[in-house]
Amino acid sequence: MSDHESTYVPKTGIEKWLDTRLPIVRFGADYMSLPTPRNLNYWYTFGGILMLCLVIQIVTGIVLAMHYVPNTEMAFASVERIMRDVNGGWLIRYVHANGASMFFIAVYLHMLRGLYYGSYKAPREIIWILGCIIFFLMIATAFLGYVLPWGQMSFWGAEVITNLIGAVPVVGEPLLIWLRGGPAIDNATLNRFFSLHYLLPFVIFGVVVLHLWALHTAGQNNPTGILIPKERTAKDTLPFHPYFTVKDGFAIILFLILFALFVFYMPNALGHADNSIPANPLVTPAHIVPEWYMLPFYAILRAIPDKFGGVLAMFGAIGVLFVIPWLDTSRVRSMRYRPTMKVFFLIFLVVCFGLGWCGAQLPDAQVVPGMPSFMLLDGQLNSYLWLTRLLTAYYFAFFLIIMPWVGLKETPLPVPHSISEPVLDGGIPEQKA
Amino acid sequence: MTIQNGTRSTVFKIVASAVAAVSLVAIAAPAGAAGGGGKAPRSGGFSFEGPFGTFDQAQLQRGYKVYREVCAACHGMDLMSFRNLGQPGGPFYDSHFKGGPADNPYVRVLAAEVQVPDIDSETGESIMRPATPADRFPNPYPNATAAAGANGGAAPPDLSVMAKARAGGADYIYSLLSGYVPAPEGLQMAPGQYYNPYMPGDLSPFWTGDPDHVPKGGFIAMPNPLADGQVTYDDGSPQTVDQYSKDVAAFIAWASDPHATERKRTGMGVLAFLFIFAGLTYASYRRIWKGIAH
Repeated sequence: MSDHESTYVPKTGIEKWLDTRLPIVRFGADYMSLPTPRNLNYWYTFGGILMLCLVIQIVTGIVLAMHYVPNTEMAFASVERIMRDVNGGWLIRYVHANGASMFFIAVYLHMLRGLYYGSYKAPREIIWILGCIIFFLMIATAFLGYVLPWGQMSFWGAEVITNLIGAVPVVGEPLLIWLRGGPAIDNATLNRFFSLHYLLPFVIFGVVVLHLWALHTAGQNNPTGILIPKERTAKDTLPFHPYFTVKDGFAIILFLILFALFVFYMPNALGHADNSIPANPLVTPAHIVPEWYMLPFYAILRAIPDKFGGVLAMFGAIGVLFVIPWLDTSRVRSMRYRPTMKVFFLIFLVVCFGLGWCGAQLPDAQVVPGMPSFMLLDGQLNSYLWLTRLLTAYYFAFFLIIMPWVGLKETPLPVPHSISEPVLDGGIPEQKA
Repeated sequence: MTIQNGTRSTVFKIVASAVAAVSLVAIAAPAGAAGGGGKAPRSGGFSFEGPFGTFDQAQLQRGYKVYREVCAACHGMDLMSFRNLGQPGGPFYDSHFKGGPADNPYVRVLAAEVQVPDIDSETGESIMRPATPADRFPNPYPNATAAAGANGGAAPPDLSVMAKARAGGADYIYSLLSGYVPAPEGLQMAPGQYYNPYMPGDLSPFWTGDPDHVPKGGFIAMPNPLADGQVTYDDGSPQTVDQYSKDVAAFIAWASDPHATERKRTGMGVLAFLFIFAGLTYASYRRIWKGIAH
């Protein structure tokens, strides 16, 4: 809340001295007393969880970089040396490798929460756009990081993804060579990928600071989606600490339990066996698949018959997120009061899972085994190719057609005037915060 | 809505969040399932499976013997050193020897049984000498080209992380080694190729029989490496192909992930801590939010 007045009073001499020079304690104190909508549910805890994920990735990554060797001859063995001989190395590496997946679980839930409660709508467009930038940087960082162990999937994943750049008309080929540092993926590629993989998390950190700055300027959204009227601030909000520190804290611990289950009991469940085979440019794996969190975008890439078209669709799938604030024509933010949109949202959710599923299948494989089918243009109708195309069409239609159209046509449910109204309607006497 | 109801709906929301998270992960599972028409591996019934499973040290010792006497003729384990055999959790670990693996007489004897290449420190000439615990397992071939050349063009893969590098892990290794059967009638075999029902592959181009009943499995360049009675066991375990396959699969599983037992044990402590921490935090949450409508 931009108009949140500072209540910090420096008590000791050193605090007073510091406060007139660098009011960092005031900054922290103001953060802790920030008026926060009292009705935030557990879907709103993923921001804090994501901050923790970023810190975990940076800290474990710095330690891994002390032992990792970015050289095609030694990279695979150096990662295995971390797993075998470095004290606690297996733990640090498994936390880092599974941490990437945990990061994406949290970011997808965070984004879906924003989509459902209309957190991208005015006055929060910049928060949303900064979030989209963070998401894009996360994908880039995760891709670069996956190349570093120099296993078969690392190498061939890099081959497939960098090749996409070559599909750009005219400048594609020189751009590809510039990106790889040579005509093929080799030591130069690995070196620059390592350098960039170390750099990008700090760029993400910088954008996160902007994301939070924008958040605290525009104010947090809440499940009702309404802007809190100034005169209701006292009734509708609670100070961030202790109410939301304890709520976020509880959610973070539950998340860490899930994290620990993967790290300690199924550390390789989310990876691919082929990445334990050292990279071999002469042997192509039977089935090149990206990590699970890229599968929906990989599916969209393969849905388009033209290579450059596929690249545009894949980047478009992320790019469209940036303009959502202007695609949504509804005057109501939260889908809680938009029953029609809610249905389309649930279908969208199923479509996203479906795209992820399709991304892991061979395009020619039958969706329903044994069902009679016929050729439609370039593929059997009963194939993942056509299922992917159907889902891709819905993915884009959801943002480009449904969002503007439903916003204009639907009749939303009545929206409360303040948070405390629906909350306290049910008969609980009004409480003092 | 009463406060009690509010609590129940909060718990519901937590469960819903957890379910959402888990289903997101569930979609990831098929990513690991690469194509291929091998038979599903049989279970080796290994002691190290599950969250409480630990390696059976006697089995690891037998497995090392099978590796050393059979597999090592063609397969390297470049990431393994002899000292690893005596590290905590390893096949020959004994807490009795305080000086670590290098102090372990079993490890020293086992290392010394193997000759490794070196440079004579006086003359600089290439020599062979008995290995020490600090030495890596020597590779049977001087380089990958030599390995491929001696094996009809297919270099025998390194076994250091083989249990992680194949879908199915130790079960797959066990099934493959003990699963050799004569090639089915109607399968066109190339020279130097062998049939194994557990090997991933697609045999339809080489199948002359009923196209609806293409045999499962694939071609493998390795002939059946094991025979009953081939390796002598001193502990009375059955000297059968099935037992050899299980033991060497267990040894490779340990070599692929030598800290697995330590990992699982650490996990118990971490989870116990997190559950207690979660309980305390939830109690604090209930207390702080007591009487606050939300």
